[in-house]
Amino acid sequence: MISLAGRDILHSWGKFVFTGMGLGLLIGITLSMAGIYRGMVDDAKVLLDNSGADLWVVQKDTLGPYAEPSSIYDDHWRGILAMPGVKAAANITYLIMQVNRDGDDVRAMVAGVMPGEPGTPGWPPYLVAGRQISRSHYEAVADIASGFKLGDRIQIRRNQYTVVGLTRRMVSSSGDPMVFIPLKDAQEAQFLKDNDAILEQRRRTAQNPAFNLPGVPGLPESVNASQSVNPYVNAVLVQVEKDYLPEDVARMISRWKRLTVYTRSQMEEILVGKLIATSARQIFMFLVILSLVSSAIVAFIIYTLTLGKIREIAVLKLIGTKNRTIVGLIMQQSIALGLIGFVVGKISATLLMAPIFPKYVLLQPLDSVFGFFAVVVICIISSTIAIRAALAVDPADAIGG
Amino acid sequence: MKRRFFQKRTVALIAVLGPLLALLVYVSLSSGPLAPVPVVLAPVENRELSPALFGIGTVEARYTYKIGPTYAGRILKLGVDVGDHVKAGETLGEMDPVDLDERLGAQKAQVKRAEAQLSETEARKEYALTQAVRYEELLKARSTSEELATTRRQELQIAEAGLAVAREELSRAIAEQKALEAQRRNLLLLAPVDGWIVARNAEPGTTLVAGQAVVEIVDPRSLWVNVRFDQIRAQGLAAGLEARILLRSQRGVEQMGHVLRVEPLADAVTEETLAKVVFEELPEPLPPIGELAEVTLALPKLPPAPLIPSSAVLRKNGTLGVWRVRDGALEYTPVVLGASDLEGSVQVKEGLKVADRLVIYSANALTERSRIHVVEKIPGVKP
Repeated sequence: MISLAGRDILHSWGKFVFTGMGLGLLIGITLSMAGIYRGMVDDAKVLLDNSGADLWVVQKDTLGPYAEPSSIYDDHWRGILAMPGVKAAANITYLIMQVNRDGDDVRAMVAGVMPGEPGTPGWPPYLVAGRQISRSHYEAVADIASGFKLGDRIQIRRNQYTVVGLTRRMVSSSGDPMVFIPLKDAQEAQFLKDNDAILEQRRRTAQNPAFNLPGVPGLPESVNASQSVNPYVNAVLVQVEKDYLPEDVARMISRWKRLTVYTRSQMEEILVGKLIATSARQIFMFLVILSLVSSAIVAFIIYTLTLGKIREIAVLKLIGTKNRTIVGLIMQQSIALGLIGFVVGKISATLLMAPIFPKYVLLQPLDSVFGFFAVVVICIISSTIAIRAALAVDPADAIGG
Repeated sequence: MKRRFFQKRTVALIAVLGPLLALLVYVSLSSGPLAPVPVVLAPVENRELSPALFGIGTVEARYTYKIGPTYAGRILKLGVDVGDHVKAGETLGEMDPVDLDERLGAQKAQVKRAEAQLSETEARKEYALTQAVRYEELLKARSTSEELATTRRQELQIAEAGLAVAREELSRAIAEQKALEAQRRNLLLLAPVDGWIVARNAEPGTTLVAGQAVVEIVDPRSLWVNVRFDQIRAQGLAAGLEARILLRSQRGVEQMGHVLRVEPLADAVTEETLAKVVFEELPEPLPPIGELAEVTLALPKLPPAPLIPSSAVLRKNGTLGVWRVRDGALEYTPVVLGASDLEGSVQVKEGLKVADRLVIYSANALTERSRIHVVEKIPGVKP
């Protein structure tokens, strides 16, 4: 039995393959767009995964530390560590800022992590080069996306840090690379103003009559000293003992320590549902529109291809071919076109498009499978329009013209 | 003829579609969750470990002398400025004596007056003595009455008492004069030691309260570094350890020193242990007091033991462990860690044998089911 569709494709295979490739690029963009959306959500999730925490203890009634500013005293963690069910607790600070290296700056999320051994909550869980922080000051582990190299000296506020380790996929919820530095340095960086501002602050204190009493020498110095300390951190990361439910421990901490506590799922809800909700929806809408436009274009292409063959179809009808054969011809061609398009699209999305995007593009296999079936279904549906046109053709057209 | 034509086109079609399919298979296997994770392996080594401690501190003077008046007053003159070197006992400045000189003058007059009074009472006593002796003899000769003789004796006693009063009055006046002179001297601001003026807090004409410092003197030979070590990384901190001091202004130039003492009081708020580190040889020129310094202490070397890079260590289900590679498969091995150094090596006490191969770097978080692809360097890491 001869495959009519195959024969027809072979007849003008160049045109067919190139149409398929054009379609493929369109599908590739749609897949990339899905990848961008997934990447965005994944950025938010890796931030939570990488922190290694089961619970986030933040300032009361805030959505901190990622979605809202939160600051709590840096000695709260000791009390939290003593709560039943808490296995480990560690202070953490987050500060999004420009990190300077040799004059050019990189936008980064600077995380201050507590000193300890590897695996302390907040520490980068794996490295791609170098080592973890081992000095309690002036060392940094940076995400590779920041472009820093081992041994680079980077400037954060007033101090220079040596990059001793590199890690990967440690990003903020908005995709900025993270830079890990010791907690005390981070607290200072978060608080410390530039020298000029400090000087002005001192002058203001000195001029304030309340602080510059003639009978109390040294009072302005004391006031200055008390103004230049930062006993705050943004959150306490908590790991829960195996036998306890995170929800129970969270309830205990929020009840007795009068702080707000989020579990992993609540935090994900905050990040994905609130922090990146609008931008993610924006991308998602774009994805939906792109998918609709793609399917419309597929339909048009198949329709035009069929119209180009209308005389041949009329001849087929004239020689008494069954309608079923004609329907098969068009539908098989349409699906073949879709398949070529999908293959080209998948390859171009993975090899060409995803790597050039500045932010993370996550192409999930499940998305590809879904995309595959969507392409096939769209091809079948859009071929029906062409089929209608083909079936409606008058066999007389074959000789009339 | 026609058949061959078809064959050629079929071949061309396959030539296009075949590589496309092959590429698809490659793409789906080399990216996404199906792809192997690039990892870098390293063996467990048996080596010596030179642990070290790292802390930061500020340059401080061991002794700071704050020189100021002991009474409230106004500065009259101040002869030294910041940076001057002074000798012990040197006059640095003077407080305004206000009326002290005049009071001293009055007191001197008072002394003279007391001296005059003393000579007067002495003369009185001489006369009373002569009279008393004369009347005593007259009484013996029965030429005077008993009453008169007694009166003369009494007069002598009064004159003697008057002399004692005048003598003590003179001592008092002299003592008071000395007190005033001491107070006058006390208005001089003197250097207690050989030293270096580091602060001049007030200028002539300024009124100060008692105890307020006018100038501050330090002994430049007593400079040390007050170093703070995070308590979690202060194990082994002890007096006598060799120290390398890096001043913030002199990157690359290390000064040698040693730990003088570890403070018995730690900082409970910042969770730091304090130690004082002294320079073996004072840097020239002297570092400014208050300059930041990074201090690295070398601890005694530890005998050879299995060592691993700290980047291999991770926490899984609450235990520390490493990914060991055995026959190409990953195996999570819990470990007990020992001492570590500042360069990222850590001793393994339990859990691993020398020459076990571990994952030290990976491009992604690993699980037992991860497929791995051993590389020299994780892709994307710049040299």
